[in-house]
Amino acid sequence: VCTHRVRSCSSIRFIKSKYVCVFDKSALKFSHQQRLFRTSAVSRGQIVQFKLSDIGEGITEVTVKEWYIKEGDSVSQFDSICEVQSDKASVTITSRYDGIIRKLHYSLDEIAYVGKPLVDIEIDASKGVAPAEDVVEAPPMSHEEHTHQEIKGQKTLATPAVRRLAMENNIKLSEIVGTGKDNRILKEDILNYLAKQTGAILPPSPKAEIIPPLPKSETVPAPPKDKARKIPVPVSRPIVFSGKDKTEPITGFHKAMVKTMNAALKIPHFGYCDEIDMTQLVQLREELKPLAQIRGVKLSFMPFFIKAASLGLLQYPILNASLDENCQNVTYKASHNIGVAMDTEQGLIVPNVKNVQVCSVFEIASELNRLQSLGSAGQLGTSDLTGGTFTLSNVGTIGGTYTKPVILPPEVAIGALGKIQVLPRFNGKGEVFQAQIMNVSWSADHRIIDGATMARFSNLWKSYLENPASMLLDLK
Amino acid sequence: MVLQSSLKNCLQLSCILQAPKAGFRSTASGGLIMQSTSNDVYQNLAVEDWIHDHMNLENQQVLFLWRNSPAVVIGRHQNPWQECNLRLLRQKKIKLARRRSGGGTVYHDLGNINLTFFTTRKKHERMENLKLVVKALKALRPQLDVHVTDRYDILLDRQYKISGTAAKLGRTAAYHHCTLLCNTDKFVLSSVLKSPYKGLKSNATPSVPASVKNLFEEDSSLTSELLLDAIAEEYATQHRIDRHINLINPADETVLPGINNKAKELQTWEWVYGKTPKFNISTHFNIAYKDSVLDVKVDMDVKHGRIEVCNIDLPEQWLPPALCSELMKNLTGSKFCPNETTALVTTLLRACPQDGDLQSRWNLLCENIKMLM
Repeated sequence: VCTHRVRSCSSIRFIKSKYVCVFDKSALKFSHQQRLFRTSAVSRGQIVQFKLSDIGEGITEVTVKEWYIKEGDSVSQFDSICEVQSDKASVTITSRYDGIIRKLHYSLDEIAYVGKPLVDIEIDASKGVAPAEDVVEAPPMSHEEHTHQEIKGQKTLATPAVRRLAMENNIKLSEIVGTGKDNRILKEDILNYLAKQTGAILPPSPKAEIIPPLPKSETVPAPPKDKARKIPVPVSRPIVFSGKDKTEPITGFHKAMVKTMNAALKIPHFGYCDEIDMTQLVQLREELKPLAQIRGVKLSFMPFFIKAASLGLLQYPILNASLDENCQNVTYKASHNIGVAMDTEQGLIVPNVKNVQVCSVFEIASELNRLQSLGSAGQLGTSDLTGGTFTLSNVGTIGGTYTKPVILPPEVAIGALGKIQVLPRFNGKGEVFQAQIMNVSWSADHRIIDGATMARFSNLWKSYLENPASMLLDLK
Repeated sequence: MVLQSSLKNCLQLSCILQAPKAGFRSTASGGLIMQSTSNDVYQNLAVEDWIHDHMNLENQQVLFLWRNSPAVVIGRHQNPWQECNLRLLRQKKIKLARRRSGGGTVYHDLGNINLTFFTTRKKHERMENLKLVVKALKALRPQLDVHVTDRYDILLDRQYKISGTAAKLGRTAAYHHCTLLCNTDKFVLSSVLKSPYKGLKSNATPSVPASVKNLFEEDSSLTSELLLDAIAEEYATQHRIDRHINLINPADETVLPGINNKAKELQTWEWVYGKTPKFNISTHFNIAYKDSVLDVKVDMDVKHGRIEVCNIDLPEQWLPPALCSELMKNLTGSKFCPNETTALVTTLLRACPQDGDLQSRWNLLCENIKMLM
């Protein structure tokens, strides 16, 4: 440990000779420190008891409702410490000092007394009580900062030693991008900032808050004051990205999806893709849209896709089946409850239209409208979300051509539709014409469905859509 | 910037507004009266935040007048499950908002007016503000029996509460807001403010229920507009300022920079529900299934609006234990919210054995659990 420290000391000497003194001092004083630059473990400051100031209106006691800081945190003057409540007033208590929180005198929901200590703050002894220089400017500004802290919970964090360093070098803390925890400004940040300068003090930036990643100082070129003077070129300076990884637990609905997808993984998927000439269907929909509108229903392509799928399932019922856990039995489902993948705030939800086999295209469209409005409000019910037997996913509304959809257990097949593109195709006479082409990608459970079945189902579905009039022959 | 024309006097805000951050300037120093053109509770609460954070109140005080379309507003540290009937709110599409000031839960609709008095922290005087309101009411209708209690309520006829108060004190600024019941739907009010949720244990600030009455019931010539005008007039007189009411559009970023972000934040689930102090729900319900009735015990700890600990006690073998523990495991960490729970349980069902009976039991159990949310 000793030798490591000595090495670090010598490297510092090359940056700015001024700082060797500072680090030497700290190196000497705090021999048990593992890392030279983190001084938050230092306990050489004076502990001040910050008392709960007079709230006014003769109030002597309040209830502590929320702490914004915890023991060990750095605070600056005007940072929010806690929220207390007295009868109907909610009061934000802010710090009078810069320092580190050493003790919270109350826990949540405890009664705090006016005039009694609220928190103990350790102030850097050499600095005394909060100098005004580094702390932010005029009242309107501090309002914003205060807000920023209060509402977003962010603080201008820097230990007292770091603040002194900045002050000694005439640096405004608001110009430094903090790379420590919670965008805390560390000694390295000050050093890096100084290292980038060629001696000129950069003009203060007009921002009122600390902005995290991609520090602006990276892109600010050092203005050459004297062109004749040789500007030292930094030796292969690596790009510093100060973004931080963020880890969150997977909960709720997403956790359940993990389970579903793991189950889906057990299904041997095979894919089958094709392209559909939508030219006639596009025209048909244009004609029928206003009629549906009159009846108060928005008509998309999905009702056609869904109905055609149901007609296909009548011929190939194995695609509307379910395999039991041990793969011993196949259950052919009587109802065609066709699921429609929906992208909502919660994530990928799949409500289904029940009994498509007995619904008209209009009825399907109407039901889809209902499900869509519930979906966007996050209010789909249990029955809407259960009982599905076959799924269609119209990812083409977002984009894409061919995809590899994942089957949603306990189903055995799924279809994903790409976007409709205008592409050149040859007609029967060998002439090139404009066709509206959409791609479909099917996935099926290869344990009970073979390629030929999938292909025939797809061809039938395709023929219904390419020639919508043919649907009339088979509609029940 | 286009202001809506109205019967009230209104000034083009661009005339009085020199620099937004420096504060609004009125034609006379000392005070400013503003009224919101919006009935959206979130936007109006956002305006309160904005004024509190950005306006310089050293040399002037501000009165902000606003009304909301149906909404329930809970205090900063309250528990919505404890305070209101969330099921009814969802059904009737009544909004739920959490304000930043303390105090209890209120029901707002267009028949209720909100008044916010902004001052510096030193000049924050709730009693004086309420006396001003009473003075305005008496000036309008001298026969009205209204007075201020020491709990900062305004009572009509010595027994009916017509106004409730709450306050927020910051470092240098403070505000006091209060309601005034002109012509609110009392039936909806009493039904939404009654919580159906049993077995809740929490340290959240409880509301104190009170008998209420509308001023309209006392004197049918009183309307919200009349009352707003009277209060504005009294305020103008006391602060020696012009009786101009400045209309303010809470969606206008040019006048109120950053306001839309404030409004958005107030609508997030994390603020409305997530700020609920930790609570425990310990209850039971009966499920009637086929020929039997079974008793299910539920015990959950909810922190930041999410289920931290989940225990569901079922009679043995009614559901396979593996399935039951799967449910509890997945509910842990999930939002205490019926919609989130629906998405969760229906997705879990996909990985369950496809036994019709089993699935019916699962659905029945989950529907009952959702009723607790």
